[in-house]
Amino acid sequence: MISFEQVTVTYAGAEAPVLRNVNLQVAEGELALVVGRTGVGKSTLLGAACGLVPHFTGGTLAGRVLVGGRETRTHKPRELADVVGVVGQDPLSGFVTDTVEEELAYVMEQLAIAPDVMRKRVEETLDLLGIAELRDRPLVDLSGGQQQRVAIGSVLTAHPRILVLDEPTSALDPTAAEEVLAAITRLVHDLGVTVLLAEHRLERVVQYADRVIEVRADGGAEIGEPATMLASAKVAPPVVELGRLAGWKPVALSVRDARRLVGPLRQDIAGRPVPAPRRAARVAGGDPVLRARNVVVRYGAVVAVRGVSLDLRPGEVTALMGRNGSGKSSLLWALQGSGPRQSGVVEVDGADPRALSAVKAHRLVALVPQTPADLLYLDTVAQELEQADREAAGAPSGAARALLDRLAPGIPDEVHPRDLSEGQRLSLVLAAQLARAPDVVLLDEPTRGLDYSAKRSLVAVVDLLAAEGRAVVAATHDVEFVAAAADRVVVMAAGELVADGPTADVVVASPAFAPQVAKILAPLEYLTIDQVRRAVEGLE
Amino acid sequence: MTTHPHRWSVLDHRRVPRPAHPIAWWIWAIGLATAVSRTTNPLLLVLVLAVLGVVVANRRSEAPWARGFKYYLALAFVVVFLRVLLRSVFGGDVVGTTTHVVFTLPHIPLPSWLAGIQLGGPVTLEGTLSAVYDGLRLGTMLCCLGAANALANPKRALRVLPGALYELGMAVVVALSVAPQLVESVQRVRRARKLRGGPTGGRHALRTIAIPVLEDALERSLRLAAAMDSRGYGRTGAATRRARQATGVLMLAGMAGLCAGAYGLLDSSASVAFGLPALLAGAVLCCLGLALGSRRVRRSRYRPDPWRLPEWVVTLSGVVPAAVVLAGAGFSAVSLGSSTEPLTWPALPAVPALAILVAATAAVAAPPPLRPARRRPTGPTGSTGSSERGAASELVPVPPPIEVPA
Repeated sequence: MISFEQVTVTYAGAEAPVLRNVNLQVAEGELALVVGRTGVGKSTLLGAACGLVPHFTGGTLAGRVLVGGRETRTHKPRELADVVGVVGQDPLSGFVTDTVEEELAYVMEQLAIAPDVMRKRVEETLDLLGIAELRDRPLVDLSGGQQQRVAIGSVLTAHPRILVLDEPTSALDPTAAEEVLAAITRLVHDLGVTVLLAEHRLERVVQYADRVIEVRADGGAEIGEPATMLASAKVAPPVVELGRLAGWKPVALSVRDARRLVGPLRQDIAGRPVPAPRRAARVAGGDPVLRARNVVVRYGAVVAVRGVSLDLRPGEVTALMGRNGSGKSSLLWALQGSGPRQSGVVEVDGADPRALSAVKAHRLVALVPQTPADLLYLDTVAQELEQADREAAGAPSGAARALLDRLAPGIPDEVHPRDLSEGQRLSLVLAAQLARAPDVVLLDEPTRGLDYSAKRSLVAVVDLLAAEGRAVVAATHDVEFVAAAADRVVVMAAGELVADGPTADVVVASPAFAPQVAKILAPLEYLTIDQVRRAVEGLE
Repeated sequence: MTTHPHRWSVLDHRRVPRPAHPIAWWIWAIGLATAVSRTTNPLLLVLVLAVLGVVVANRRSEAPWARGFKYYLALAFVVVFLRVLLRSVFGGDVVGTTTHVVFTLPHIPLPSWLAGIQLGGPVTLEGTLSAVYDGLRLGTMLCCLGAANALANPKRALRVLPGALYELGMAVVVALSVAPQLVESVQRVRRARKLRGGPTGGRHALRTIAIPVLEDALERSLRLAAAMDSRGYGRTGAATRRARQATGVLMLAGMAGLCAGAYGLLDSSASVAFGLPALLAGAVLCCLGLALGSRRVRRSRYRPDPWRLPEWVVTLSGVVPAAVVLAGAGFSAVSLGSSTEPLTWPALPAVPALAILVAATAAVAAPPPLRPARRRPTGPTGSTGSSERGAASELVPVPPPIEVPA
């Protein structure tokens, strides 16, 4: 169905090709998962499969790409619309119309499909994706998971035989991600649609894959059975790492398979005390550095935060969890002092950050927003770092650079911030925000777009901040990151705190928030691979 | 009376809700705006505003674009205020024996080469009132546009464009969707800027906000373009070069005719005898061009809005005020103006007032709008596939969930 023959892609002005001599075949009805580190050319591979590379992006493509029997050399993306459906990471930016029904019909209008066929297909697609009750709703009013399903539906109405999905669940909370994945697997199983899918959060999708395509840093790509490919891949979800650790052949890909294999391992480590989550024990304690009492945030009639009280202690890492729209971001902005707060008290070191001047408030509380790039506006990394030093007022010159080198070594001075990878850009913003040595650090969705190794370095950074005695709060959907980094988990729902306690207590029992290791080793209270590794080392 | 939330419930509950044809609403609004452009009589203008308010309140849906009428009202106030302010500062009101001076601004003498302009000086009641009426006329015209926007989704109106103009319409649609995104992204970046401390005013701050916003806008438009491309946008059939040129010439000539005709009809100093033929000729040329251009397009339309009796009534009720005011029959032309010298209470001319009231029938004649039964905000989960249309108990509008502070 999709075939790459000796494909090499080089972008204009680039020294090396992004993809080099790629040969692969994806057969009809398969779900092929594209894996690889950030920035290795996964998106290029997806783009080449739907004609956007090179017709839309520029660059040169050598070799031959055939999709559904058509060659992308002679067919522009618009001429492949009836064969390939493409869905991007941010569905909202790809919507052309205003309401769900019109969006589903758009592609059919372009293909000049007869009106009665259109009516029928729209109804079928609404039912197939479970969005029938949303038909008249404006697209902007939908939740993230609903938008993503509408985006899938909007290409599905053309009856394409191939779906290309670029990180369809990255921005979604665990429940919404499951909704979207359930819809995708139904398409594969019931309709025989061929799916090419890239995703960072492998733990969510790897169990559904029929094939895995690994893109390597040198531009080569390989396709194979998921179990064999992942046993040696550079990126792997916790369940695969556990399989590697336990020496399972082939490795398990789903929690269910792993639980059937884990018996002996669980027996071996059952009698032993569970190792501490982190090698370096944290000394969280002392008086709270930030005290919030009955914080209320509302926008018109919508109450985003309903009377939340929270204490943050120095050296403590808190994860703030909850579904999209549960008030996590609003709470962070209210704690920082720049966001609205209708009532309640926030005190940092005895002062209300909102009453202080902006500069003073930022010295107390730093916030890294969901889109860190909003904070960057200069032309080079060096200028941004200098500006950060100036803003810190009092920090020694070069403080920001020193921080950046600790967070992500080796970022050259003269690079434009937009050209950095997602993880590097986050590090740059963190360095700029931390140069003024705040007592409290608030992170909003810090793991967006990070691969496993970038996430590991983020965990190291958070450890470092906690070791320096700062209080860290991270609002996140990423359960694996929470398991690895947080001491304490606070769960929000509809603007209220519904759970607050040590990570192990809150997370292990929850069906949505439990990390894979906890699900596999339950009832033992293990959270991370690292804990299991140390327990196993202790046995020998 | 029943406890139904709509005023016209007795009439409405027998009719099937559906969106009215957007073109009907636009003709209705343009008709009213045309009538407004010919009068400064404050009573007539206020009457038009009242008609707009009644119709919008009764016939708009609950979609995001339908929430904008109040912004147009606010804009109208700003227009009136600015008009009065400018008149007061640059007024140069002539003080006669019968004028009423409200207060006197310090007069600032200007050099002789600026002889025509006066800064400061006495501000008269007469001058201020005439500025109010003038501003009110412009403001009311803006509100007519606002009503059209609230009643008919502008994007849906553009879908009605003939195939030859499809690309143009699409460009406008994209531009329309970029504007609110730009506002959102300015707000987001400004909030983020505050987080870094540093200067928040002046040229520096402008740069710190403009650059991320522009980068963001560019990236979004590229993503939208990619999405449209891979969904088949631009798959037009083959047209010969000659056919395209012929279409272009016909369209340009037609447009010129339309513009000249509209100018002739709307400007009170030009004669209607020139305006009408030019308008008709332009329209014919445009239709020819469109017909020629549309022959090359292969595209279909999903659920086109029907044009039935209610659409005719709405259109006519908008055309009547324009026709009556333009024809000028049955009332004296003076009554359309406002008298400020000498200062008198404006009289309400009966015929134009009745004509404007005719436009209010649209509030009943148009089909009741679709008010989709909203789900209660249960979060991102749950989808049973059952239709909730017509669940009257759920007509309460639920505002969109807000993830980040505004």
